[in-house]
Parts: sequence; structure tokens; C-alpha cells
Amino acid sequence: MTAVTRRLLDLRFWPAPRAGARASGIPESRRMLWIVLGAWLLLAVGVPILHLAVPASSALHLGAYAVTLGGKILCYATVALAMDLVWGYAGILSLGHGVFFALGGYAMGMYLMRAIGTDGVYGSTLPDFMVFLDWKQLPWYWHGSDSFLQQALLVVLAPALLAFVFGWFAFRSRIKGVYFSIITQALTYAFMLLFFRNQTGFGGNNGFTDFKRILGFPLASPRTRAVLFSLSATLLVLSLLGCRLLVRSKFGRVLTAIRDAEDRVRFCGYDPVGFKLFAWTLSAAICGIAGALYVPQVGIINPSEMSPANSVEIAIWVAVGGRGTLLGPILGAALINGAKSWLTVVAPEAWLFALGLLFIVVTRWLPDGVLGLFRRAQK
Amino acid sequence: MNLDTAAGPVLYLDGVTVSFDGFKALDSLSLIVEPGELRCIIGPNGAGKTTMMDVITGKTRPDAGEAHFGNHNDLTRLSEPEIARAGIGRKFQKPTIFRNHTVFENLEVALKTDKRVFPTVGARPSPEQEARIDEVLELIGLRRKADQKADLLSHGEKQWLEIGMLLVQDPKLLLLDEPVAGMSDEETARTGELLRSLAGRHSLVVVEHDMHFVESIARKVTVLHEGRLLAEGTLEAVRTDSRVIDVYLGR
Repeated sequence: MTAVTRRLLDLRFWPAPRAGARASGIPESRRMLWIVLGAWLLLAVGVPILHLAVPASSALHLGAYAVTLGGKILCYATVALAMDLVWGYAGILSLGHGVFFALGGYAMGMYLMRAIGTDGVYGSTLPDFMVFLDWKQLPWYWHGSDSFLQQALLVVLAPALLAFVFGWFAFRSRIKGVYFSIITQALTYAFMLLFFRNQTGFGGNNGFTDFKRILGFPLASPRTRAVLFSLSATLLVLSLLGCRLLVRSKFGRVLTAIRDAEDRVRFCGYDPVGFKLFAWTLSAAICGIAGALYVPQVGIINPSEMSPANSVEIAIWVAVGGRGTLLGPILGAALINGAKSWLTVVAPEAWLFALGLLFIVVTRWLPDGVLGLFRRAQK
Repeated sequence: MNLDTAAGPVLYLDGVTVSFDGFKALDSLSLIVEPGELRCIIGPNGAGKTTMMDVITGKTRPDAGEAHFGNHNDLTRLSEPEIARAGIGRKFQKPTIFRNHTVFENLEVALKTDKRVFPTVGARPSPEQEARIDEVLELIGLRRKADQKADLLSHGEKQWLEIGMLLVQDPKLLLLDEPVAGMSDEETARTGELLRSLAGRHSLVVVEHDMHFVESIARKVTVLHEGRLLAEGTLEAVRTDSRVIDVYLGR
């Protein structure tokens, strides 16, 4: 066991800092740990077996569509979880989280475009859209993008850096509430417009697509698909465990304290800026990794991922699942996206009405979301 | 940070002036608070009591004048968290506590310790710190409610919890804005007892409207009016001051 796993399994890192909760809290959290690990096994190992080893004729076989959809939902669920860290725990409502997801996706997309090699429509070493624009060479910021390692670093660094710089100015200026939300909305919108331009060099409104392979493995092969699915499940579980550790630590208690009474936190001698900035930047980095796993699975990334509506939808997943619960947003993302992919096939024009209705129902009758409903039913 | 008060007062304000759009909320105010003193500040609404607290805690910067905490802390330069860490605790008029945390957790968050981001992640209270929290719980009478969610406390208990949150930071100077507002008579009496027991170990500055309460705790009273110091002295001396009667007590 590595040091990190030991730390995760060390019960002292699981809740109950205090007497009353001490008796019941630790077994509860231990059970929770086993449930999470069980769910991970089921997804990361079970699904690939059902996809690869079970013959297509069997009723248990999972087809390519189901696995890809599942992988996509796992990435969305990770984004919802990251969003909950800042919204549910620090009270910072971002309506621009899509930009971090998309930046991670674009960083991975650049690598995938380069990995096409000369197999593109024009048979050039340049990505097709550059040939189409009559560009003769790669722009400087594409330098080294054929290196998976460099792009993997950018997947984390690009969204994290943007979040850090943006957050530093916003939190230092004590911009809060709706004002903050509106600025994040403007941020993602500005990036969408920037990426729409052909001259920006990221494929304009078509974005990146027609990927062939990743690290030499063909993207169309069931094995690659299964591995990407497993990685998505692993990312979700690791993010969940990491966020849970964080919110159950004293750091988490300070974060919620900032949400509930920021002035008091300041008069307690903490500078809230650093705490918000850490949670905010971490959240953006997690979104970036989720975006990077999303792109090879769905096979496309374009600026519409940065549209304000997309980011609003992320907030809806979290609200529907239950803010400040970590598990709730995962549930919310899965439920809504499951319903979306079903309804957009059965009755495409009804989807937006259903989403709007759901949002009204949740804000009016279920302030704690679906998870809150479960908890009330348990009592 | 050690507060060096060997050569003088805990709090020293001299000629502090604050104006908002031409209106002088504080007009050349001077105030000295000695170590261990319990000082009551009274004055009608708009007299500048809250603005004075804002200047002391770094929330508002004065346009002119000096504000010092001990010999080495220039309050006009330090940030709010820095001032809090230097040893000034402030209780707001409306109880401001972390309502979703338990009473214990409220004190744990407030506790004097390393308050930078990364040391906070893995921090757990040491046995000495737990003992300190227990001691404060006893003092504010909330030991039996340590594991209760703070939101469920009564109004008076919330006020005590907030005082407790200041105490675990080991402040040299406590600023309390109307600590007994909305309290029952019994709660008011207990609060008075608590504040009297704190004087000596800490310096206290209490802003209060309730004259009976001031009477029960005050040793020295300062009267503010229109941002200026109107009178200062024992409650008796202040009460018989004709200027004070005119603007405040005589109404």
C-alpha cells in the first residue's frame, strides 16, 4: 500500500472530529468508503468485462453506445462534484465552469489532432482545419503538442491557471454572490467567442474532431473504449475521495464557515482569499481532467462546450442532486443526463421544458435536492 | 505575536477622523484603553461607535489620525485578519457564528493556531487546544451543548458562543457591540458576570445602549456624540455632566 492509500484508509481522516459524532461517525464513514470502492470496482472492472468479454448475443452485453454514454456521464458527474466543492461548500456559484472543462478538453484535443498524423482528409502533417485555412505551419502555441505528456500537463495547468488568475482578482476584490456568478458567465462566453474565431487556431466553430488514436491505440476499438471508461470511473472515485477528505478536514470547516459568515472568518484571523482560491483552482483542475477524458470518448470538442447554457446546466445537476453533499451532484448529473439522452431520442422538443420544470420543482420543493429527499425518507 | 504594553495602553486612538461623502462619522476622536480595563462606550445612534470599531479592526481606514494596538501594531496599516491575529477580537451586534457547525467546531475554527491554508488542511486540535476549548465551553456555559448545531442555540447562547469564539483566540482586547441586545434579564445578568470575570485578563470595550447593563458592569464610561468624545469618567460623573444630559440621557 502506498502512503496515500494508507492515509485514505486511516480512519482518523474520516469524519467525526468530536465526541458525540465519534461513536457513530467512524463506522458510518468506513461503510461509505467500502460502498465507494465497491461502486468503483463495479464500474471500472465490471463494465469493461460486460463490454469486452460478454458476447454481443448475450443480454448482459454492453454495447458501444452504452459504454460511451456511461463514460460521458461519469465525466459530467466529476464536473458536478467539482462544482459542488465551490458552490455547496464555499458558497461560490460559478456559472462558467464549462470553460474549465472545455480547456481541459481542448488541451487533450490538440494532442489527439496531432496523433492523427497524415491520416487526415488532406494527408498533411498539419491538422485538417489548418490546411483548410491555408496555414503552412503550426502556430507557436501548438509547439510540442504531439507530446502526450506536455498536453496532459496542460489539461491541468491551463484551467488551473485561468481559475487562479481570475479567482485571485475576484476574491481579493471581494466579489461575491450574483456578481461573481455573472462575471463567470461572461468569462465562459468570452472564451467561447474567442474559440469560435478561425484565427484563434483551435478549429473555429467546428473545433476538433475525426480523432484516430490515443497513444497509438485506435479510438474505435472496444478495448480503448473500455479503458477510457475505467479511467473516467477512477477519476470520479478519486475526486470523490479527495474532495471528501478535504471537506471533512478543518479546511472544509473553514470553507463552510466562509460560506455562512465570511466576516466572522476574517475576524477569526483567516484570510478567506486563500481558502476560496485553493478550492476554486482545485475545482477547475478537476474539471479540466474530466474534459480531457470526455473528448476522446465522444470524439469531438468545439466551442459550444463553453456556451453559458452548458455551464448553467452544470449548476442544475448540482442543485437537483443536492448541494453540499458531494454524492448528490454525482447523482444529479447521472439522472439528468440519463433522462436527457433518453428524452432527446423519444421527444427531442420536450427536453428543455422537462429541464425547466425539474429546476422549478427542485428549487420550490426540494431545496436539498434528490439526496435530501432520500435522507428525509430514511428518517 | 506578543503585545508589548509595557510602556502604555492597549489601545491608543489619537485624532481619528473618518468621513463618508463629507459626513464626518468620526471627528478627531481620541481614546485610550489601559490593560485589563473594562470600558463602556455609550452614545446615541450615529455617534460613531460602530465606525470606531471598524477603524480598530481594520475594516475602515481613517482619513486622519493614529490608531495603535500596543506599541508595535499600527492599526491603520494591518489587514483585518492580521489585526485579529495580533489579538483584537470583535463581536458583532447580531450574533455572527457558523450556524451549520457544532458549538465545538465553531470554537475549533476560531481557535488560535496557524491559520494559513495548507496547515489548516490536516490540522486537528492538540490535547492542550482541546483543553482550552473545554475551558472556554465551561466559561460560556455551553459545555453540555458542545455537539449541538449552533443554529439550534437560543439567541443568548449564540451571543455567548460568539464571545467564546473570541476567547479561544486569546485576544488582548475584546470589542463587543451591544452584547446583551435581545437577551432576557437572566441572560443579561449572566453576560454581565461573564464580562466582569474577563476584565483584568483581557481589556474590554463594550458598546451598549442598555443603561442598566452599563451600570452593572461599568468602571469607566466614554460618551460619544457626532463622532466626537463628549465626556469620559465614572458612570456617576458622566451622568451628571450637563452636555451628556442634553444629548443623550435627558431625552
